[in-house]
Amino acid sequence: MTTTTTTDPPAPAAAPARRPGPRPGPGTRRAGRQLHGGPVAYAVLALFTVGSLFPLVWTAVAASRDSSRLARTPPPLWFGSNLPRNLGTAWTDANMGLALFNTVLVAGAIALGTVLFCTIAGFAFAKLRFRFKSVLLMLTIGTMMIPPQLGVVPLFMVVAELEWTDRLQSVVLPTLVSAFGVFFMRQYLVEALPTELIEAARVDGASSWRVVWHIVLPVARPAMAVLGMLSFVQAWNDFFWPIIALTQENPTVQVALTGLGRGYVPDQAVIMAGALLGTLPLLLAFTLFGRQIVGGIMQGAVKG
Amino acid sequence: MTTTATAARGTGAGDEGGTPRRPPGHDPGPGRAGRVRSRLYRWDVRYSPYAFVAPFFLFFAAFGLFPLLYTGWASLHRVELAAPDDMRWVGLRNYTRLLDDDFFWNALGNTFTIGVLSTVPQLLMALGLAHLLHYRLRAANFWRVALLTPYATSVAAATLVFVLLYGRDYGMVNWALGAVGIDAVDWQSGTWTSQFAVSSIVIWRWTGYNALIYLAAMQAVPDDRYESAALDGASRWQQFRHVTVPALRPTILFTIVVSTIGATQLFGEPLLFGGAGGQKGGASHQFQTLGLYLYEQGWFSFHLGRACAVAWTMFLILLLIAAVNATLARRLRKSH
Repeated sequence: MTTTTTTDPPAPAAAPARRPGPRPGPGTRRAGRQLHGGPVAYAVLALFTVGSLFPLVWTAVAASRDSSRLARTPPPLWFGSNLPRNLGTAWTDANMGLALFNTVLVAGAIALGTVLFCTIAGFAFAKLRFRFKSVLLMLTIGTMMIPPQLGVVPLFMVVAELEWTDRLQSVVLPTLVSAFGVFFMRQYLVEALPTELIEAARVDGASSWRVVWHIVLPVARPAMAVLGMLSFVQAWNDFFWPIIALTQENPTVQVALTGLGRGYVPDQAVIMAGALLGTLPLLLAFTLFGRQIVGGIMQGAVKG
Repeated sequence: MTTTATAARGTGAGDEGGTPRRPPGHDPGPGRAGRVRSRLYRWDVRYSPYAFVAPFFLFFAAFGLFPLLYTGWASLHRVELAAPDDMRWVGLRNYTRLLDDDFFWNALGNTFTIGVLSTVPQLLMALGLAHLLHYRLRAANFWRVALLTPYATSVAAATLVFVLLYGRDYGMVNWALGAVGIDAVDWQSGTWTSQFAVSSIVIWRWTGYNALIYLAAMQAVPDDRYESAALDGASRWQQFRHVTVPALRPTILFTIVVSTIGATQLFGEPLLFGGAGGQKGGASHQFQTLGLYLYEQGWFSFHLGRACAVAWTMFLILLLIAAVNATLARRLRKSH
């Protein structure tokens, strides 16, 4: 495992939500990182930004046209007037309404479960003493390497046996914890949670659960928020298992979009409207919390 | 901090009324109640950690480890989709069939080529972008968030747009190529063109994410290394080449491993790029990956046992990758 090798410099105990940008040093001129970007840097970044955003913008453009316009060259480059109609058709015919509702439920439950279970496990790994701790931690890190989709067949057999096909719990339960989350919370709490605080409460006779409730959770809150957002995004976009466990009768967004892509509704503009509906909530979240999400990914990277 | 105050209040010598909250471990008060409490306290200290990590490991055992092991067991059986309960022992027959199937080797090869096509440019561009993001920039956060936006787009939504953009007759890509005098390309039907198109979706979604990972690692490089390099008269490019890249080597290895695992599992992009018959990965299976092959075996040919054999083969490939990675990492550490 190479995961921990990047930690050698003592990282500042900054909350992940804090601005991760280059911090202006105390009056020292530093080479390298403090160099100002030249026009070329801006030009290249602008190019990649356009490349990153264009497919999304064009999704909206195509969703606002009618399908006969999409079957003509040159392709449309600006918005048309059919957006409401296409969104409406996608909402009803492609079942996007139900899909969005289901996905909010599923992703919310997964984010909640992940944050809760990973925080207490991360706390135990960060600050408590128990036998087999380092072995268990290594095991946790090791499990990050195993992609869950290798186990789909037995999972499917179990779900079929329980008659859980098309039930949301079949998608929620297998994704409810994450090894990354445990590790992420551990790395955060190692630095952010003063051991003396726990000891003081201990001396006071507080039980472990009281320590968690009154000390750990308040300290961990910023990292919990970031982990919650990352888990939510991941659960929202989860693909392979939901495709197998659910059908078009009771889909998540990704299942409904797959139905669209495989010819469920032949209208291209409606397909794009569906894709737009399925992406918009996350894009909105990115506009609001983009900085925190970026900070969380970078924090997870340096630490993990 | 208010919580600590409430928690610490009891340290005073015995509040009046009710429970004196003394440190039970140090001074277990006289009487049965005190002994019981101190024993509870010790149990709490000893066993609570296990309770805290238990949910994670229980869920992992139930939904991660068990399915993985059971996949291996089921791969030695004949299991039909219609009756998953009915397992008949066939030994290694699923595997020998796999090795005899040209489509398996085709899928293995496609997984490899698409993996290379998507991973190499992606990580190289991410490294370059991270270098640019590491400069002092106006609106630094805007660039980061913008470059990360594709990561927020699901595989399904992204692929549906790219299918349109790569359309043979009315797609934007062919239109742009036409504008510079290149004939329209039938992206889906060619082997290399379809694999290029599928790879481009992967590249689009993950480049910004990897750039942020590299950026985080760059920010952890001590400044004095750059200072001394600058004093030696190193240009920006030389600094990048001789300071940044060596310092990032572990991170680069890490991203290679993660991307390789992702590439081995590639599924959604080729599935939806293929449209209605996507599990085949194109009319002549030209972009069928191992993930799609597994899906086709299990849910379109109804042979769950064979699908398990595919999954277990993929697992073995991952173990191989992990072993190679461990060797590389060890050599890397030695060379330092």
